[in-house]
Amino acid sequence: MNNVFVYIETEGTQVAEVSQELLTKGRKLADQLGVELHAVVAGTGIKGKVEDQILPYGVDKLFAFDGEGLFPYTSAPHTDILVNLFKEEQPQICLMGATVIGRDLGPRVSSSLTSGLTADCTQLEIGDFDDVKTKKHYDNLLYQIRPAFGGNIVATIVNPEHRPQMATVRSGVMQKAIYEGKAKNEVVYPEVSKYVSPEAYVVKVLDHHVEAAKHNLKGSPIVVAGGYGMGSKEGFDMLFELAKVLHGEVGASRAAVDAGFCDTDRQIGQTGVTVHPKVYIACGISGQIQHIAGMQDSKIIISVNSDPDAPINKIADYVINGAVEEVVPKLIKYYKQNSK
Amino acid sequence: MTKPLKIVVLAKQVPDTRNVGKDAMTPEGTVNRAALPAIFNPEDLNALEQALRLKEQNPGSTVGVLTMGPPRAGEIIRQGLFRGADTGWLLTDRLFAGADTLATSYALATAIKKIGDVDIVIGGRQAIDGDTAQVGPQVAQKLGLNQVTYAEEILKIENNIATIRRHIDGGVETVEVPLPCVITVNGSAAPCRPCNAKLVMKYKYASCPLERQPEDSRADLYASRDYLNLNQWSVADVDGDPNQCGLSGSPTKVKTVQNIVFQAKESKTLTASDADVEGLIKELLEEKIIG
Repeated sequence: MNNVFVYIETEGTQVAEVSQELLTKGRKLADQLGVELHAVVAGTGIKGKVEDQILPYGVDKLFAFDGEGLFPYTSAPHTDILVNLFKEEQPQICLMGATVIGRDLGPRVSSSLTSGLTADCTQLEIGDFDDVKTKKHYDNLLYQIRPAFGGNIVATIVNPEHRPQMATVRSGVMQKAIYEGKAKNEVVYPEVSKYVSPEAYVVKVLDHHVEAAKHNLKGSPIVVAGGYGMGSKEGFDMLFELAKVLHGEVGASRAAVDAGFCDTDRQIGQTGVTVHPKVYIACGISGQIQHIAGMQDSKIIISVNSDPDAPINKIADYVINGAVEEVVPKLIKYYKQNSK
Repeated sequence: MTKPLKIVVLAKQVPDTRNVGKDAMTPEGTVNRAALPAIFNPEDLNALEQALRLKEQNPGSTVGVLTMGPPRAGEIIRQGLFRGADTGWLLTDRLFAGADTLATSYALATAIKKIGDVDIVIGGRQAIDGDTAQVGPQVAQKLGLNQVTYAEEILKIENNIATIRRHIDGGVETVEVPLPCVITVNGSAAPCRPCNAKLVMKYKYASCPLERQPEDSRADLYASRDYLNLNQWSVADVDGDPNQCGLSGSPTKVKTVQNIVFQAKESKTLTASDADVEGLIKELLEEKIIG
């Protein structure tokens, strides 16, 4: 009762990294609340294959549901598992990845349990809440902190009366770490048919095709990112060249992606990837808050922009006032000249 | 074999948060809604296009646009009619105000039950003012229907089964789902067709009662052409429970809202000159910041 739960996402028998990141965060929240960290995973043929990818992150108890029809993921069976398990276990918090799966499953579960869900949180904290209308005081609620309104404001959301308090978090926002403390590491394999009704399997997956990621933007120590100021898809070519010589990856702002300059999977920001590189080179990016939310933890930020008042310049360590088409080729040239 | 489908498109009027200018925030740090134009939520347009295609492929089908908002959101229904929708419903009531996604889904699901015998409920994956993607699945749950989210194309509907290609993380998937069902459409799906000039002429004065002035000069027109009178529903009209609507039906509460202030750093400002750029590269190399 009252524990912290993390829903574990899998592709076959591979546990998603975002789930491990959430276990690390969930462990901290559980420690703070003095409760246990539980995990739930559902798939086909996962027994004996996923436990080692889950338990080391501080899991006290893992509920592993292994059965036909649980992979590839479809909404109804996974919803049944969570809803029926949560009715028994009464968790106070449930975290899941803000992935395609988490954003399909989370709202369905929250609607079934009439509990609140906050999407795409960037911070999760424990704190008190005084409801000014009802004059009620609540201890130890989950603060679900997220940018809102296109990233122009940040809102702290609470669910005072309903349990579990549910939140989704994007990949890369939290950082995973093997738990140093002692966790119970218990594993149970509940009987799937006790949780999932036969009618739940009605949606059929005819074809399921996942490609390995084409790039490692999330883990790259050097990121060269372009914004609307790059002007065109061709403008991005020089960013790819700069990234190549620096052994980095190319990212983009939402404006550049919306304009078709760059693929969606390279979008950095609140609705894209969150990065924590050593060096972040922002080229022609004005720095809307929704973008900054995805890169502000970069160690060194270099901004190349012809507008000296671009908001991103305020958080940059180096500001180069100049046109990107002039500066980027010079960065390439002088790196090549000086790096050997 | 095709059969006529009754399709409801969920659409939302949203502030255009994609093009936020410097005047979008007031000096007090609140959102200046007046500075942001109200638009048809982009992914809802992708959904409308899928609905209109189904209508063309399945003769006799109807497409209706369901929206919730203040009276001016009647514009969303008109925009739907201009592109080929047959009808629309505006849910508007002070009791709906302040709804989180769950209370919104309750209101929409209640209206869909009122509309009745719907084969397909289809909407955008998410709205750009909240980016939550929660309303589609929650409507599906409240109606007890199957859901397919992140759809890119409805490939076919045969024997009451829809075959849908959908986006997943790092790939694509094709699924089969029996009707009735709820579908949410990704922004990467086909863009929506433009407004049709004839339909604009036909429907440009279509409006909901609350959008009109008390002494409306077109009163005669509305009396003689019923298709210009758009459906406007309150909580009572859809037999809704006020406790599950709006603020009181919302489990999530906003504790605080803050304007984002980033910690300004002390930055070095350089020019685009060769000397400055080379100096920077040398500095980064010497400090082993880049290799």
